Amino acid sequence: MAVATQDTAVRTGRITRTFIYVVLIFFACFYLLPFFIMMVNSVKPLPEITGGNMMALPKEPTIAPWLSAWSTAQIGVEATGLKPYFLNSILMVVPAVAISTVLGALNGYILTKWRFRGDTILFGLMLFSCFIPFQIVLIPMARILGILGLASTIPGLILVHVVYGIGFATLYFRNYYAAVPTELVRSAQIDGAGFFQIFWRIMLPLSGPITIVCIIWQFTNIWNDFLFGASFAGSNPPMTVALNNLVQSSTGVKEYNVHFAGAILAALPTLLVYIVAGRYFVRGLMAGSVKG
Amino acid sequence: MSFLNIDNVTKAYGNVEVLHRVDIAVEEGEFLVLVGPSGCGKSTLLNMIAGLENISGGTISIKDRVVNDVHPSKRNIAMVFQSYALYPNMTVGQNITFGMEMHKIPKPERDRKLAEVAKLLQIEQLLARKPGQLSGGQRQRVAMGRALVRDPDVFLFDEPLSNLDAKLRVDMRTEIKKLHQNLGTTIVYVTHDQIEALTLSTRIAVMNKGYVQQLGTPKEIYDNPANMFVASFMGSPSMNLLPSKLVDHNGALAAELSDSNGAAVRLPLSQQGASLRAHLNKNVILGIRPEAITDAEGADKRAQNLQPLRNMVSVTEPAGSDTFVTMSLSGKDCVARMRADADARPRQDFDFTVNMDKAVLFDPQTEERIDQ
Repeated sequence: MAVATQDTAVRTGRITRTFIYVVLIFFACFYLLPFFIMMVNSVKPLPEITGGNMMALPKEPTIAPWLSAWSTAQIGVEATGLKPYFLNSILMVVPAVAISTVLGALNGYILTKWRFRGDTILFGLMLFSCFIPFQIVLIPMARILGILGLASTIPGLILVHVVYGIGFATLYFRNYYAAVPTELVRSAQIDGAGFFQIFWRIMLPLSGPITIVCIIWQFTNIWNDFLFGASFAGSNPPMTVALNNLVQSSTGVKEYNVHFAGAILAALPTLLVYIVAGRYFVRGLMAGSVKG
Repeated sequence: MSFLNIDNVTKAYGNVEVLHRVDIAVEEGEFLVLVGPSGCGKSTLLNMIAGLENISGGTISIKDRVVNDVHPSKRNIAMVFQSYALYPNMTVGQNITFGMEMHKIPKPERDRKLAEVAKLLQIEQLLARKPGQLSGGQRQRVAMGRALVRDPDVFLFDEPLSNLDAKLRVDMRTEIKKLHQNLGTTIVYVTHDQIEALTLSTRIAVMNKGYVQQLGTPKEIYDNPANMFVASFMGSPSMNLLPSKLVDHNGALAAELSDSNGAAVRLPLSQQGASLRAHLNKNVILGIRPEAITDAEGADKRAQNLQPLRNMVSVTEPAGSDTFVTMSLSGKDCVARMRADADARPRQDFDFTVNMDKAVLFDPQTEERIDQ
């Protein structure tokens, strides 16, 4: 009897599992399809796209569209390719991510371990920045950048992203540090460590997972931002704005293969960051949210 | 002036006073235990000595130096926390020397002291490990090592044994006591466990609701509790507190209770003071420790005033070394601590012997002692 029952159980399990896998594979394909199309069409010569099937594999594979997108494609008035704008994006994203993460960590440390009257209200106000739509701040921000003399510069753009990034970074670190026992800080105080020594020697070494979460989040957001880039960058726009200029250009033949290659180039860094550090992302995100 | 002087110290959060005018003087080499239920202010007081909470009123001085406004690291104290608070990212060795590093003590000196302390606590083989790889008892040792290595004037312990399992707790208790005896250091130790308080301390401060209820040696606290709170908090099983009436029995004062049948029982008191006589014919609370109620053979041979008491046994609880016998007196459960082989059986009458020398009396309204 017992054996028979178990037999059925195994069989049911197998059917269910097969079903689950089929569904999962279907959805995986569904989501990979656009990427497949971009990939395939970015290595075809243009006539193959305009005269044939989007889904077909390339007959004469070529990397010319990639080279063109990178270094020779017409962006706006100049034929520079995406290269200089890629550099602009890097120059913007690295300092912005670094500064907002460090400030978020400091804020989280202060809001949990050096509490003061009104700290929860302050934290609540900082959280607003996570939810205020970008469009609302465009005009006041333009005014402030003008006053600071940072209008149409990369440092100005960095400032905008740092200001916007602090909210999320603080949220992550505050929730993470809330789970770190305060006795650690008190013990370090008795040991004679100061404010920054405790931060540097005790808190930061414990912050690995949440730092990675914060970096991935900020990097993806800042890299993918279009609105601030288009509004405040002036003559040095980031990658996203340049890609738009490339794809939306209304003169000449639409070089779809170059557009596809450019789009992949623009998405590559975030993809890379996620692949390298992604598993920490899920882990750290859980740690931050559950224990908060 | 004493070594550690807590003078008229008050702690208030806004308008709420949580610690009221505490006065404790600790001599050098003393082991003071602050004991009380949670929320009694004992940890707050310890944190104020450490400098982790500021002092709302009064002064705390260590070695005749007022430390109210001195930073924790400059008070020359060391603290062992309940969670041990070991730095998880550092090895045991780094944990122990972190304080010296912060005080800019040169490396050779740090290494020498580390070796010394590691030897004393027998943790030499653990120095390269991270706290996460240690057992509870080992973490406890490291936490003590971190305190010891600094050679402080005062050691502060904040419920250091409460995270350990029962057996390890007893072992570590003995070890802390040994350490104190060998090093002769001054220790202030917070616990909610009255057994820890009685076994470890040279003096105990029993605290409740922000007041020091009584300050004294373990024996004073146990035998002469100042009020009903101290009487019931210290000792396990706790002191029997029986509602009774103070009566005149052949010219001597006696406590009148009722047995399990409701019949009056008179137990003549050893104390006959004038202050007690003022309570004649009034209700009082008679306090008797369980070990003062025994069978006739088990009674203290040196006692002056042994009183027989025949009453029905309601429950017996053999506990190996002792047997706890419960009976009903004045409508309350009254526990007696007997020899293991005492012949008491449930629902049968038994001849108890009460050592009235150990009895104490309280006022039922003020809950204070009235026989002293």
